[in-house]
Amino acid sequence: MGGKVVTVTSGKGGVGKTTATANLGISLANLGKKVVVIDADIGLRNLDVIMGLENRIVYDLVDVVEGRAKLRQAMIKHKKFEDLFLIPAAQTRDKMAVSPKDMVELTDKLREEHDYVIIDSPAGIERGFRNALEPADEVLIVTNPEVSAVRDADRIIGLIEAADKGPGRLIINRLKTEMVNKGEMLSAEDVFDILSLEIIGIIPEDEFVLSASNSGVPVTLNEGSRAGMAFTNVARRITGEDVPFMNLDENPGFFKRLMRFLDGR
Amino acid sequence: MTSLLNRLFGRPRKGSGKTAKDRLRFVLQHDRINLPPERLEEMKRDILAVIVKYVVVDKDRVEIALEQRDRNHSKIVAEIPVVKQTVPPSPEINMDSHENNSDTPVGETEDSVDEGKPADSDAEAAAIASDDGEDTDEGGNKNKK
Repeated sequence: MGGKVVTVTSGKGGVGKTTATANLGISLANLGKKVVVIDADIGLRNLDVIMGLENRIVYDLVDVVEGRAKLRQAMIKHKKFEDLFLIPAAQTRDKMAVSPKDMVELTDKLREEHDYVIIDSPAGIERGFRNALEPADEVLIVTNPEVSAVRDADRIIGLIEAADKGPGRLIINRLKTEMVNKGEMLSAEDVFDILSLEIIGIIPEDEFVLSASNSGVPVTLNEGSRAGMAFTNVARRITGEDVPFMNLDENPGFFKRLMRFLDGR
Repeated sequence: MTSLLNRLFGRPRKGSGKTAKDRLRFVLQHDRINLPPERLEEMKRDILAVIVKYVVVDKDRVEIALEQRDRNHSKIVAEIPVVKQTVPPSPEINMDSHENNSDTPVGETEDSVDEGKPADSDAEAAAIASDDGEDTDEGGNKNKK
């Protein structure tokens, strides 16, 4: 069956799904993997601009599904990586233009020649989310250390389990260490306590992420960025590598708990 | 266990981070079983209404709460102290009085206690009820850590 399909989702919008998808795509390509990233957010496409590929789009996902373009024609090669491709979302259609079955057929073809197919899910729990979930071998749930984002993550985790795609792994994005230390933000440990889900990445808040999206060069290509480094670690963990967590001043007992949680599974 | 670890290793919890965690726990307890807080209160009233048809309960110490170990393990835990009775309560009085919100035990009035029991038995009943009440938490939504 070849490559692995990884879906990045969140429930709530604006928590950093697209940023995570772009950075994981780049990091995996940087590790020498053959990667395709798919923007499944039909009607609200954005992965193209985050990756700096917006001016190369000719065909999109819906063109492929509806037979107007061959799969190869809709795959946009990244400027820097030979083996990294983007399949953009259609901008003028809606989520109903693609079915979960279409996504399975598409990714089954992509698996044959690529190590990883990463799907950027739209926010919400409707058709677009179903499209992104159906072909997934592994699901990554992005959340922020905020009440509303964690609540929606819990809901989406329930839906992922109900669809037999669980348990999924968690990316806690935009953690502000100083605020956690002041007791003014949920810590990674708090989020873990509440969601009881393996954490695959803790991404610190980092101004470089905004600069990166401004310029269309994902932050993981910036070696001075802590968020970029954290995303690279997530990519390495996806490949099965055992990478220790960066020191984000988390309570040291927490990582021991995390390890025990993983051992106990 | 979690709360013990928090006490041993955790940072002191104050500030809005703690509030966020408490609010999340509360909202997820209800989300996860699709039972909004108001419906839970309604259910508690219904449960109590059934129980007081059979026994007299110490209404002030009734505790019916949701407990949740994780997403897939929720339970309703009820602690309903029963007031000791030597004379069975009259069903008519019970049915009438479980609706009211007086401080007296449900299904019993001050007068009927005086009439129905010797004074020492009444004191004993109160002592038992108070012993039972000691290890229950305050408030209706206790959250077992």
